[in-house]
Amino acid sequence: MTQRLADSHAAIGRLLEAAKALPKPVAFMEICGTHTVAAFRCGLHSLMPANVKLVSGPGCPVCVTSQGDIDMLIELAQRPGVTLCTYGDMLRVTGAKGSLEEARGGGADVRVIYCSLDAVKLAAAEPKRNVVFAAVGFETTTPATAVAVMEAERLGLTNFTALVSHKRILPAMRALLDSMQVNVDGFMCPGHVSAITGYATFATIVRRYKLPCVVAGFEDVQIASALAKLVELARDRKAALENLYPQVVSRWGNRRAQNLMRRVFRPVDARWRGLGMIPDSGLAFRSRFSRFDTQSRYKITPIDSPEPPGCRCGDVITARCTPAECKLFAVVCTPVRPIGPCMVSSEGTCQAWFKYKRLGKSIAASEDAVAKPSQEARL
Amino acid sequence: MRRKARCSMCLAVPAQVKSCDGNDAVVDLHGNRVRVSTVLVPEVKEGDWVLVHAGFVIQQLSAEDLKETWAVLDDLERKGGGL
Repeated sequence: MTQRLADSHAAIGRLLEAAKALPKPVAFMEICGTHTVAAFRCGLHSLMPANVKLVSGPGCPVCVTSQGDIDMLIELAQRPGVTLCTYGDMLRVTGAKGSLEEARGGGADVRVIYCSLDAVKLAAAEPKRNVVFAAVGFETTTPATAVAVMEAERLGLTNFTALVSHKRILPAMRALLDSMQVNVDGFMCPGHVSAITGYATFATIVRRYKLPCVVAGFEDVQIASALAKLVELARDRKAALENLYPQVVSRWGNRRAQNLMRRVFRPVDARWRGLGMIPDSGLAFRSRFSRFDTQSRYKITPIDSPEPPGCRCGDVITARCTPAECKLFAVVCTPVRPIGPCMVSSEGTCQAWFKYKRLGKSIAASEDAVAKPSQEARL
Repeated sequence: MRRKARCSMCLAVPAQVKSCDGNDAVVDLHGNRVRVSTVLVPEVKEGDWVLVHAGFVIQQLSAEDLKETWAVLDDLERKGGGL
């Protein structure tokens, strides 16, 4: 433990030293919800010099899932004979007509699972139920869906389908940079996505946009070291790709998982909250597996749903505003009664801010709301 | 450690393989015995340290790397969830 503290001090020391020589203030983006929470939890933001910022990007799968996809899940769950299996973090995301949790309260058969194979086992055990698996997540989670679908094929199941909302992180990073609405000086790349894709996947960001990318682990020392490395690269005006999580991440990643993903899915355009439609950023079933596609089985298409009024989750996950700049934050949108997905998800930026950075702004906001109840009612 | 059903996130947890059975393995996840799939990393064997995400082993780890991770988790537990 003493060694770890010493390492942390050394990393922060390097960060502060490199920051002194920065020609201009810099902002780096982390694109993994686990990094967002870990950075807040270990107090990294409070130790950073004034000219270095770490902003959150579209790295939380629940937060980037479009409102239309969520409404589609809720509508499916309410159909008779359907059992909807979901990871726990989707349960409380609010759609146009409530959340999956509320649908369950209203009699829908919604079950929380830990592993995609649990949904397949359920379909095998209950052949009269039509099991729909809500397949959400980035590359870390996609192989799990691919395996589940192949297992359903092996078992010859006809009552198992998956509603695929999987996303690919690299096209989103490119879209973010191409939009020119976000100014970042480098990326802290996601550790466990990279475990599957390999860190080489981010080489294109370095080459094309001349921005440094550093793959980081999730412990305080690892995050501080990655940030220090990013600041050093910015100081030296060097666009390079560094892997600071070598114990888990290799250059080419988990080839077996990649092959499984490629076998089952093909890239398609996908809609992201806050970013809109991004080419090749989502996944759809290849024709061989199309019978497992919920959308074609149930003849359902994504609903073009508006986001909740006043909610700025789309701006938050693209670093166009901070949670504190959203009028709903910590006033009517709280972890107990969340309005937007960034407050629902345990790795959402708004929930992280609520837990760890609610100083000043939100207290004032709450007092304001108490003083002016009519304003709260309007919100 | 409470097992959370929150895993469309990219959260992954280290665990030690206790026994293997085809494409499945039973791992020790900080004191809990959990059955996971090894289909993404079929070469794992008893005694190996692995990274588990949403019921799947996604990577093998060296025992050295793990000491630090567990030190952090133990520390968190002692301090009631905060660093």
